[in-house]
Amino acid sequence: MSQPYAETMAKSQKEISISDFFAKNRQILGFDNPSKAMLVSVKEAVDNSLDACEEAGILPTIFVRISRTDNKDRFRLMVRDNGPGIVKKQIASVFGRLLYGSRFYAIRQSRGQQGIGISAVVLYSQLTTGKPAIVTSKIGEDHPCYRMEVQINTKNNRPQMISNEVVLWDHPHGTQIEVEIVGRYHKEKRQSVYEYIKSTAIVNPHVEIIFEDPDGVVHSFHRVVDKLPLPAEEIRPHPHGIELGVLKNMLAYSESRKMTSFLTTEFCRISPRGAREILEKASISEKKNPKRLNLDEVQVLYNIFNEMKFMSPPTDCLSPIGDLLIRKGLKKEIDSKFAHTVTRDPRVYRGTPFQVEAGIIYGGELPAGDTVKILRFANRVPLLYQQGGCAMTHAIERINWRPYGLEQRGGKGIPSGPAMILVHIASTNAPFTSESKEAVADVDEILDEVGRALMECGRKVKSHINKKVKLKKVSEKYSIIKDILPEIARKSSEIIGKPHPPLDGVITKIMNVTVIDSGIMYHEEGEEKFTEVTIKVQNYTQKAKKFRLFVKVPNGLIQGIFPERNRMKREIIEWEVGPIEPARSVRLGFTILGLDRTDYDDVDVYYSHLTGEVIGADPL
Amino acid sequence: MMTGKRGAQITAGNREASDRLVKIAEAIHGQLCDDNIPYLEVSSRTKNNIVLDEDHKVWKYGSDVVTRSAKDLGGATNILRNLYTIDFIREMIKSGKSSTLREMYYISEGWEKAKFPTQDESNKLAEDLEIITRNMREDFKLRPEEDGARVIGDLTIAERNRKGQVKRFNCKDDVGESGYGIPYNVEEEKLQFKSVKAKMIIAIETGGMFDRLVENGFDETHKAILVHLKGQPARSTRRFIKRLHSHSNIPLVIFTDGDPWSYRIFASVAFGAIKTAHISEYLATPQAQYLGITPSDIVNYELPNDTLSDQDVNALKSELTDPRFASDQWRAEIKLQLKLKKKSEQQALAKYGLDFVTDTYLPQKLKEMRIIRG
Repeated sequence: MSQPYAETMAKSQKEISISDFFAKNRQILGFDNPSKAMLVSVKEAVDNSLDACEEAGILPTIFVRISRTDNKDRFRLMVRDNGPGIVKKQIASVFGRLLYGSRFYAIRQSRGQQGIGISAVVLYSQLTTGKPAIVTSKIGEDHPCYRMEVQINTKNNRPQMISNEVVLWDHPHGTQIEVEIVGRYHKEKRQSVYEYIKSTAIVNPHVEIIFEDPDGVVHSFHRVVDKLPLPAEEIRPHPHGIELGVLKNMLAYSESRKMTSFLTTEFCRISPRGAREILEKASISEKKNPKRLNLDEVQVLYNIFNEMKFMSPPTDCLSPIGDLLIRKGLKKEIDSKFAHTVTRDPRVYRGTPFQVEAGIIYGGELPAGDTVKILRFANRVPLLYQQGGCAMTHAIERINWRPYGLEQRGGKGIPSGPAMILVHIASTNAPFTSESKEAVADVDEILDEVGRALMECGRKVKSHINKKVKLKKVSEKYSIIKDILPEIARKSSEIIGKPHPPLDGVITKIMNVTVIDSGIMYHEEGEEKFTEVTIKVQNYTQKAKKFRLFVKVPNGLIQGIFPERNRMKREIIEWEVGPIEPARSVRLGFTILGLDRTDYDDVDVYYSHLTGEVIGADPL
Repeated sequence: MMTGKRGAQITAGNREASDRLVKIAEAIHGQLCDDNIPYLEVSSRTKNNIVLDEDHKVWKYGSDVVTRSAKDLGGATNILRNLYTIDFIREMIKSGKSSTLREMYYISEGWEKAKFPTQDESNKLAEDLEIITRNMREDFKLRPEEDGARVIGDLTIAERNRKGQVKRFNCKDDVGESGYGIPYNVEEEKLQFKSVKAKMIIAIETGGMFDRLVENGFDETHKAILVHLKGQPARSTRRFIKRLHSHSNIPLVIFTDGDPWSYRIFASVAFGAIKTAHISEYLATPQAQYLGITPSDIVNYELPNDTLSDQDVNALKSELTDPRFASDQWRAEIKLQLKLKKKSEQQALAKYGLDFVTDTYLPQKLKEMRIIRG
C-alpha cells in the first residue's frame, strides 16, 4: 500500500468558511479574553450606530445598557440608536454575515472600515452562550417595527433567522441590538467600557450617549454641539495607495472595456495623458480589455504606479473633528486649567489622505506625579489597547518634552506631569497594525505629522506654565506689600518708638513690574451670548508707562472696545495705553458676540514699546 | 511659662544685647524712611565660609554674608520674624524673665504672619541674632532644654544651685551611677572647678559606651574624667569640656563611632561647628584629639561593620572638601573609608568581650597617642 500521503491529507482538507476561521481565531477580532470581549462588543455596536446615524444625517443619541444575568460570567448587552433603521430583508445580513456591509469597497473615512464589526459580536455571543442576537429595527414613523432573532451559520457564512415578528416600538426610527455574552465588567480600569464611552464622547461632541452600567447607575454624556460633522466624501483609489491584489480584483471586475478608461475612471489623479504614459511604459495596448491582463502585466502596471509621480489625492474627503470641538469635548469631560488643540492640514501617505489632530490639557485636577494619560483615536474611535505599539504613542515618545515643561526620564518616553494628551488620526484607510484595529502602524508621514501637532501643543503648554510661574511671583509680591511690609513698618516703629514711615516708594521698588491682568465674563440675554473681556494694566514701577497693547480676537464678532484710543485690524485690537503714572492702573476691554461659554477662555495679550518686567502678556 | 525668680538680675551682657537688638530695628526703620527695600545681612553659614582663627585655633565665619531682602516673600517674612523676636527678647530682658528656645517657638504661635513653621527655624533665627549682635543667646535670656549630658570622674565642682547657694561635690564620690548632669549654664558665675585629680578627659559619643567604661571602672583604673557627649553635643557640653580642659590642661580625647557623622561630632568639639562658628572660641577645644573608631581600626581590629549608605558616602565626600578635615591624616582616613565602604560602631568592640575596650583597645590607642606610657 503506497498511497501518497498528500492524498490522505486531501481527505481532511476542506474549505473553511470565514465564520469558521474567525470562530477559531477570535483574538484576530479582539475577543481575546472576557474583559476585552465585553469592551469590543460595546465598541462595535456603538461604532455601527454612530456610522449609521451620521450617514443618514441624524444627530446620534445612543443608549447602552449592560446588565448581569444569573450566571456571573454572562452579561446582557443592549445598544440602541436613533439611526435610520434597516430594511427588513437586510437585517439578517447586516448582523448575521461577516464582511457584509456597504463600506467594504468604498474608500472613505469611516469608523468601521471592513464591515466585520457587529456580526463578529453576534458570532461571539453565539459561540460563548449559544444565544442568538435580538435585533429590533424601524425605518420610520409609518413603518412596522421588526424584531428578529439572528444567528450565523458558521459553515457557509450565511445568516440564520430564528424568529421574526412585528412589534410595537415607541421610537420613530432606529436600531437596537441585544446580545448575551461571556464577559467581565471592570469599573475602574483604563480599558473599561466607561472609559471607552467617555473617550467616544470627547471626540464626538455631537453625540449624546447614555450608559447604564450593571449596577443600574446611569452615566450621561451630553451633546455639546448640534451640528453633525461634515460627511466624509468617497474617493476613488490613488495609484500610490493600491495593493497588488486589489489592483488585480479591480481589473477583473471593471466595467471599462479599454485600459485607458479603466485607468482614468477607476483611479483618482490619472489624466488621459497620464494613462497613455503609463500604458506606453508598460507596453500595454491602450485598447486592451482590463479583464485580459495577465499576471505579469498586472505586476508591471503596479510597479509603474509606484515609480511615477501623481498629484496627491484630494484631501477634502476627510472629516476632522476640528480643534474647537475637540477642546469643547475635552473640557466637558475633564476638569483642567488649560487646553490647547491643533488640527493640522491634511497630508498623504502612500496615496492615502490622512489628517492629524492633537490636544493637550494641563493642570487642574490631573495628578502631577503620574505619566500622562494618552487618548488615541482613529476616525473618531477610541483605541484602548496596544498603546505601546501605536504610532501615536511612538510620536509622543520621540519628543523631548522637558523644554515644554513636562517631566521625562532621559528626554525620551512617555512624559509625566499633570497633563493628558489626545491624538486623532482621520484617514480613508488608517494603517492599523492588525485586524482588531487597536494600534496605528509606524508610517513616517504620520509620525511626523503627529510630532508637529504635539510640539505646537507643547509650546502652548510651556507658555501657560511660564505665565503661571510669573503670576505666582506676582501674588507673592502682593502678599509682601499687603501683609508683610506694613507689619515690618509697624513693628520696627513700635520697637524704637518712632512714627510709621510712608511705604509707597518701597512698594513700587519691590514690585517693579507692569501687571496685565485679563478677565473673562460670560453672560446670556435671551438668545444673545456675550463674552466680556476686561484687561487691567497696573503700573508698579517708578516710572510712568506709555506703550501699545494688542489682543488677538475672533474676527467680526467684536463690539464695545474701550477706551477710545484703539484700532482694529484684521483679528487684532491695538490700544495706545498710558501714560500710566507709578502705582496707577487703567482698564481696557471689549465684548465678543455669539460665542459659547467655552469658546473663548484665554485672552492672548501682547505688548510693544514697554520696558521692564511685564507680567500677564508677551512681547509682540 | 517664663521663670521670673531665677535670673532676676539684669546683667551688663543683657543690657548690651538689648541695645544692639534695638539697633537692628532702627536700621530697618531707617531703610524704610529712605525708600529702600528693607534688608538684613548675616554671615553665610556654610562650610565654604569658615576660616581658621589663628589666635584661637578654631574655625570661625569668614567674610561672606547672606542678605535677606524684603524683595522676596521668604526674606520679607524673615525680617518680620527678626523684629518680633527682637521685641520679645527686649521685653524679657526688661521684665527680668527668661525662656527656653522651645517656649519661644510656642510663643511665636501668636505672631500671625511672623510665626515659625518649625522650632528649627526659631532656633536658627536666635543664632542669626547672636551673629549680628555678637552676643550669646544667654544674653538674650534664651536657653536650650536641659540636655542631661553626664560626667563621671575625680573632679570636684562648686555649683550655685536654684536657691543661690554654692554646693561643692565630687563627680566620682558624690554622684549616683548616672554621674553629674551638666547644666545649661556652665559659666564661671554658675559653676567652678575646684580640683581635678585625673590624667585625661575622654568624651564619648554613645551612652552605651559611656556606661561600659563606668561599669568597668575605667575612670578609676586610668584616672580619666568621662564625659558623655550624647550624640552631637549641646553647647553647654562643649563649653563645659572647653572650660574643664583649659582649667586642668590634661589631654582631651574623643571616642565615637566610626562613621562620617561621628567625625562631625569630633569636629564640633575640636574646631567648632559650622552652625555656631560665631562663638567657636567659647565652645571649641582645638587641643582635642580623635581616638577612634577610625577606618584603620575597622581593618586592624577586624570590627563587625555595616556597608556605607548613599548618605554616608555623600557625607564623607563632603568632608573631603570641608576645611576642618583638611589635614593629611584625616584625608587619608576618609579616603580609606570610602574605599572600604564600611562603618563600625563603638560597641562593635564587644565582639572580643565586654572588657576588651577597657583592657585592650583604649590602653593600646592611648599608648599610640602617647597619653599613657606603656
